[in-house]
Amino acid sequence: MLRIECPCCGPRDHNEFRYGGDASVRRPAHDDPDPETWYAYVYVRKNPAGLHRELWQHVIGCRQWLVVERDTRDHIISSVTFARTSRA
Amino acid sequence: MARYSAFQIFRNALSGQKNWQRAWRAAEPKPSYDVIVIGGGGHGLATAFYLAENHGIRNVAVLEKGYIGGGNVGRNTTVIRSNYLLDGNTQFYEFSMKLWEGMSKALNFNVMFSQRGQLVTAHSADQLDSFSHRANVMRLNGIDADILGRDEVRRLVPYLDFSDTARFPIHGAIFQGRAGTARHDAVAWGYARAADGHGVDIVQNCEVTGFVRDGDRIVGVETTKGRIGAGKIGLAVAGHTSVLGAKAGLDLPIESHVLQAFVTEPLKPLVDHVVAYGADHFYVSQSDKGGLVFGGNLDGYNSYAQRGNLGVVREVAEAAIALMPCISRIRLLRHWGGVMDMTPDASPIICPTPVDGLYLNGGWCYGGFKATPASGWCFAHTIATGKPHPLIAAYGLDRFRTGRTLDEAGAGPSAWLQ
Repeated sequence: MLRIECPCCGPRDHNEFRYGGDASVRRPAHDDPDPETWYAYVYVRKNPAGLHRELWQHVIGCRQWLVVERDTRDHIISSVTFARTSRA
Repeated sequence: MARYSAFQIFRNALSGQKNWQRAWRAAEPKPSYDVIVIGGGGHGLATAFYLAENHGIRNVAVLEKGYIGGGNVGRNTTVIRSNYLLDGNTQFYEFSMKLWEGMSKALNFNVMFSQRGQLVTAHSADQLDSFSHRANVMRLNGIDADILGRDEVRRLVPYLDFSDTARFPIHGAIFQGRAGTARHDAVAWGYARAADGHGVDIVQNCEVTGFVRDGDRIVGVETTKGRIGAGKIGLAVAGHTSVLGAKAGLDLPIESHVLQAFVTEPLKPLVDHVVAYGADHFYVSQSDKGGLVFGGNLDGYNSYAQRGNLGVVREVAEAAIALMPCISRIRLLRHWGGVMDMTPDASPIICPTPVDGLYLNGGWCYGGFKATPASGWCFAHTIATGKPHPLIAAYGLDRFRTGRTLDEAGAGPSAWLQ
């Protein structure tokens, strides 16, 4: 079980959260005409063996979206921030 | 290389079974090869074997960062079936099934392929309807498939929960009699031995750390055992495809996730088939040693750790007991994790890549083991000819760009929801 330090609720087990994947993905502008941009948005993901910035939503808690920085090799979490600030 | 036979066992018995030769040589890498296959799992070894067997390309090396059988080929639940719905998948997995049926003979190695039959339970009339659709597709493709009613399922597998209190009552099942299991280690060893017999070098403890380029073309690899040149390179490192792909400059639609498998303490024979639960993610078979081997869902977040978390152990145990209350007192002996390439449509990727000289075989999600022989066969063809084998035409990397995804589960593009 991962223990995620929610900046709102404190340390909680990861099964209180919903996973949201690669936090570097940005939705293209609504009228972006380039199919390559949309392909990358829908399908291509950073998938490092190492430090990974990823989204989690605290669904059984404050319901905030968080950006968690975690090492995918040993699950050590180095930072947790609100997505609304760190992705702004 | 001496053929394995009953006579050989008898002959070696006269010297106390002490004089068997190694199944494959402990090769050190040569300066260059016609083809280098990166990854000594089932798929990589099968690819090397079929490069030699079908295409006469014998100057081949398989580079494995660990040891043969230490990756996903030794971490799966050994289920083999060909009950796929979508064109492209249906024919590919049936071709694989036919190769499984002749594998022990072709490799001169007993892979203990046991066609014990696999059934997936249906828990509503609608689910049974969708299974009928699938069974019809299978039959139209010449694959055996049966739809069973509740009473027939009960006769076949009476130990499932048929009580009035079952959370999801069993309405019926789809059954494939030719499905089954095989000894996964034997598959790795069998392909390694057969490839070695054709002159393929199998180099263990040799990790690829980078690619050597000449202009746009990749002409070799940097490894922990030095630089090795190659005419062509096949990547068969499912689980770590993104890592090596990134070194070659490929951005891939893949995420790595950990999938756990479990084995219980040994029991007397109970589960004669492979049984999959249609109402949740759980499937089980019984090993020759008596342990119930089963698996369930992904852990659900990107992971390269070959171990899982306890939350999933509980979820899988809950599903197990919902289907088979009789095993609620059985103790779990071991559980372990393997790292999967998860693709956005849960189908694999086998194709030439935009990088000249580099060929990709990955994205196997849950389904890599059963595909081992067909994957090797078709990947070898693709490397040898430079063009995709017709059976893997649907597995190109461009299908995500063109909207021709093979979304068997209908789960949408989130890899961890497949």
